[in-house]
Amino acid sequence: MESTLDIFVKAIFSENMIFAYFLGMCSYLAVSKTVKTAVGLGAAVIFVLTVTVPVNYLLENYVLKEGALGWIDEEYAELDLSFLSFIMFIAVVASIVQLVEMLVEKFAPALYGALGIFLPLIAVNCSILGGALFMAERQYSTILDATAFSIGSGIGWFIAIVAIAAIREKLRYSNVPGPLRGLGITFIVTGLMGIAFMSFMGIKYGKEASSEEAEPITTMLDTNQEININ
Amino acid sequence: MSADNKTSEPLFSKKNKKLITDPLTDNNPVTIQVLGICSALAITVQVSQAIVMSLSVLFVIIMGNLIVSLLRNLIPSRIRIIVQLLVVASLVIIVDQVLAAFQPDLSAKLSVFVGLIITNCIIMGRLEAFAMANKPWPSILDGLGNGLGYGAILILVAVFRELFGSGTLMGIPIFGNSLPGEESGLYTIGYQNNNLMILPPMALIITGIIIWVQRARNKALIEEH
Repeated sequence: MESTLDIFVKAIFSENMIFAYFLGMCSYLAVSKTVKTAVGLGAAVIFVLTVTVPVNYLLENYVLKEGALGWIDEEYAELDLSFLSFIMFIAVVASIVQLVEMLVEKFAPALYGALGIFLPLIAVNCSILGGALFMAERQYSTILDATAFSIGSGIGWFIAIVAIAAIREKLRYSNVPGPLRGLGITFIVTGLMGIAFMSFMGIKYGKEASSEEAEPITTMLDTNQEININ
Repeated sequence: MSADNKTSEPLFSKKNKKLITDPLTDNNPVTIQVLGICSALAITVQVSQAIVMSLSVLFVIIMGNLIVSLLRNLIPSRIRIIVQLLVVASLVIIVDQVLAAFQPDLSAKLSVFVGLIITNCIIMGRLEAFAMANKPWPSILDGLGNGLGYGAILILVAVFRELFGSGTLMGIPIFGNSLPGEESGLYTIGYQNNNLMILPPMALIITGIIIWVQRARNKALIEEH
């Protein structure tokens, strides 16, 4: 098994939400025009991920999973409610986001003004629901692992959006071809950053065997090896 | 069409047709409105996955638009986001269960990305911007148009990635057999698959190039910065 630290580091770098899975791209592209707002949104994502994933972990393991209801009574032990997981996860995410929105409005009105309509949209930020779904799919054994994963993913997302915001601030002064301006060049820069982040995949994490999530990479390496052998 | 025009609100009036055609070109949800990239690009390695994903999104967006449009006068505006999310989540559960029952392999490959249709910004965007303010029939057409516009980009990206990354389309080899030792077709003269295409970042770069081409053809779409 991977250690908690491995999960954490992996979630930040080699399985970065943006560069490896494209989760949360909508707000990533929309709010990355200046570093200041990017930092705000990035921090909000870290916070919401850190809160929602452990809550969803408890929900998954004590309510939804097959046999998870066994703690109430023996007769519930055979129930499998996992088909409800989408609707439960999104309900938890939406209510926690509502809470965060009210807190930010109360304690940081300037930030609230800057983030504008994007704060309610964190509820539909794919990285938040994606965090919950990946957590359910990967079957983390303890809540500590799940929390490490969620904080790591949040930090990875934060790094990505702050980095692209800094690059876009510089890009404003450079001579980009007209049709590429704005969206196009942001896509291509993100792609190049993704390639840079892929170099973290070479890091050996603990005693981990070949991981399933990195499938495209492993297949690529496999074919290359076959070619070399032959 | 002439018979249709006599009725007060023809089914395919010019305005309604525009609802379908606009998102396919100058108001494409992916390349112009920048929505729905989240779950889209990760599953464009193979064309078959992209097609299944497009169909799923098409179903969810049409049904979601219809349901929200029917309910639009009943939904209190304070909790509308949550109501919309629940409508979409229920539809996605249907899609997920159907896929898991009839296409278990594809369902496993798409893994969490079917669930992520819920947070696909196109769907929420259309529900919020269109279905909440329009009658059911235009809403269905709007959903159809945006779903098709999304699918078109998805499949276009997937065609490039599968063709140049694996040398196949829909799993059928195009350039001949690439297995070492038994090459045929183009591979005999030294052609190699571009493994970079299979990697996630290339989806972004290809989409960037599509945007470039589209905006170069239509100067009105160019951004100021």
